[in-house]
Amino acid sequence: MMDPAIDRVLTRWSPERQERARAVLAAYPERRSTVMPLLYLASREHGYCSREAMVEVGKITGLTSIQVESVASFYSMYRRQNVGKYVISVCTSISCFLRGADDVLAAIEDETNTPDGETSDDALFSVEHVECSGACGGAPAVAVNWELIEGVLPDKGRALCQWLKDTQPETVLADEMQALFGGQQSFDWGIAEPQGATSHVPAFERYDSAGDAS
Amino acid sequence: MSQPHILTRHMVANRTDSNTLASYEQSGGYSALRKGLNSMTPEQIRAEVKASNIRGRGGAGFPTGVKWGFLAPAEPRYLVVNGDESEPGTFKDRQLLERDPHQLVEGIIISAFALNCAKAFIYIRGEYPKPARRVQRAIDEARAAGYLGDNILGSGFSLDITLHLGAGAYICGEETALLNSLEGRRGEPRLKPPFPAVEGLYAKPTIVNNVETLSNVPWIVNNGGAAYAAIGPERSAGTRMFSLSGHVNNPGNYEIVMGLTWREFIYDLGGGVPDGRELKCWIPGGASAPWFTPDLLDTLVTIDDVGQNGSMLGSGAVVVMDETTNVVHAAHRLVRFFAHESCGQCTPCREGTTWLERVLWRIGHGMGRPEDIDLLLDVCDNISPGLRWPPAMTTICPLGPSATAPVNSIMTHFRPEVEAMIAANELVQGGVSIG
Repeated sequence: MMDPAIDRVLTRWSPERQERARAVLAAYPERRSTVMPLLYLASREHGYCSREAMVEVGKITGLTSIQVESVASFYSMYRRQNVGKYVISVCTSISCFLRGADDVLAAIEDETNTPDGETSDDALFSVEHVECSGACGGAPAVAVNWELIEGVLPDKGRALCQWLKDTQPETVLADEMQALFGGQQSFDWGIAEPQGATSHVPAFERYDSAGDAS
Repeated sequence: MSQPHILTRHMVANRTDSNTLASYEQSGGYSALRKGLNSMTPEQIRAEVKASNIRGRGGAGFPTGVKWGFLAPAEPRYLVVNGDESEPGTFKDRQLLERDPHQLVEGIIISAFALNCAKAFIYIRGEYPKPARRVQRAIDEARAAGYLGDNILGSGFSLDITLHLGAGAYICGEETALLNSLEGRRGEPRLKPPFPAVEGLYAKPTIVNNVETLSNVPWIVNNGGAAYAAIGPERSAGTRMFSLSGHVNNPGNYEIVMGLTWREFIYDLGGGVPDGRELKCWIPGGASAPWFTPDLLDTLVTIDDVGQNGSMLGSGAVVVMDETTNVVHAAHRLVRFFAHESCGQCTPCREGTTWLERVLWRIGHGMGRPEDIDLLLDVCDNISPGLRWPPAMTTICPLGPSATAPVNSIMTHFRPEVEAMIAANELVQGGVSIG
C-alpha cells in the first residue's frame, strides 16, 4: 500500500506495528473499518488512546480526529487516559454479584490502595468494576489486562495484587494466574494457552500485543 | 440424565488439544466441508439447514434457514459471525470459541459457500482475547491446509475470513450495531427495515449468525437436516448450549436437548441450590428475560413453553437466585448493566434506564421513598408501554425495554419485599419523605 498520507504516519511507528497496520488495512474492503483495530495499535504505540493516537488514526483512515474520537469514546476499552501497568477488571454483573464479587472488588481496592475507576500513584495498578466478563459459571471473575481468572475469592484477589507487585511480569498469563489465584471455572479450560497480555490492550496478536509464555 | 453431544462432542473427547487442526481432523473434522463443497450445491446446503429447523442461538430465536432465504441477490455479499456474547449470565460462545474453534471455522466456510459469500467476518468481543487468539490460530491453520483461501478443495469457491475484535460495548451484539461497529462507527443500532439481508455491511446483503448457530452447521451437513430436526421438540430442534450460573452447585455450560423441565435442569443437572437453601427465583434466558419463580419448576424448557409462561430462553443464560438474595440489589445490578450499555440514541432508553438504576439504588441503600414503587413502574411504562410480554417498543432496539424485565419481575413476585425495604428507611418511618 503506497499511500503517502498513510506512510507519513506509519513510518513513525515501530517496524512490527507498521507491518501489522498494513495487514489490517489489507483485511477490510473499506478503509473506515480499520478504525477499531488501528485504535488498538495506536494505543500501543502511544501507551494509551491519546489525542495524538486518534489524530494518527484519522490520518490513516481519512477521517477527522473528531470522527475518530467519536468512535473511540463509544467503546470503553479504548483508554483515553493513561492507565496502570496492570488493569484489574473485577466483574460485578449479576452472576458475579450473587457470588460475592463486591467483596472481591473491595479487597482489591484495599490491597492496591486504588479506588474503583482510578490508577495507583505508582502507575502499577488501575482498578475498575466491569459489566459481564462472560465468566458467570466461574464467578466471581477478575481479569488482569483482559486475561481472565475465574473463581477468585477476596483473599485470592489480595494475593493476586501482591504477586503482581512482587513479580511484575512483563506478560500476564491466564493459566498461571488461574493456577495461583483461581478456583471454580465456567468450564474445563483443558487446553494450555501459551500467550498472554503485555499491556492493557487485549492480547490479540494481529493487534500486536500478545506475549509468549517462554 | 444423559444428553447427546453435538457441539461439545469433539472438545469433550479431546480435552487438551481440541483446538488444533490435527485433533479436529482426527475426529472427522472438515469432512462436512469436503462433502458440502465436493458433492452438494449451495441450494442443497441451504435446504438442509432449513430442514434442520435450527433457530438462531444468539437470543432472538429466528429460524436460520428462513433468515438465509431473505439474502438479497446483489454482490458482494457478506457473512458476519456474531461472537459478541455479552449478555450477563452468558458464557457458552466463549467455550465454543476457546475449545472448538475449527468447528466454527468449518461452519463458516460451509455457510459462506451456501450463501455465495467470498468474505466473512468474525466479530468477537474485546474482553475475549483468548478466544480470539484460538480462533485466529484456527483460521491460520485452516488456510495453510487449503480449507480457506482461493479455490478451496478444488471447488472453485474462495473465501477469506477476518477476525474483528470489539472494544467493550454490549450493544454491538445487536446485529445492526455490530455492522456499524465493523464499519468503524459507533455501535449504534440501525432502524429496520432495511434488514441486513438486504442492506447490511457496507449496505450490501449480509447474513449475521451467532457462533453457536454456525457451529452446528458441520453436523447438519454431515447428518442431514432431518436428523437434526428429529432431536428435541418440533419448534425447539437440536441441542442447545445453556449457561447455568448463580446459586447452583454445578454451574457451567450444558448442551441439552430442549424439552426437559426446569426442575430437571436446575436440580438434576445443576445439582440444586448450595447448602440446602431454598430456591427463590431464576432468570430463564439472560438479563433481558422476566424472572421465573418455583411454581414454574415443572414447566418445560422449550422456546415456546418459556414464551407462553411470560419470559424467553433468549441467549440461554440461566441465573439462579436462592432465598438469601436481596431482589432489589439483584434487580439493580441488572438494570445498572443496561444503563451502562445504553448507546444513548433513544431517549426512553438513555434516560429511563438511568432513572431505574438510581431509584433502585436508593431503595437498596435505605433511602427509598413510598412513591418510588409507582415511580419505577411509571418509568418502565414510559420505556415499554403497558409492561406486557413481549415488551412494547419505543426504541430502535430492544435494549431499553429489556431493562424493564427485572423491575417488573420484582414488582410482580416480590413487591412486599420492596415495600419492606422502603419502610425500613428511617426517614420514612419518621413520617418525612425526603426530596
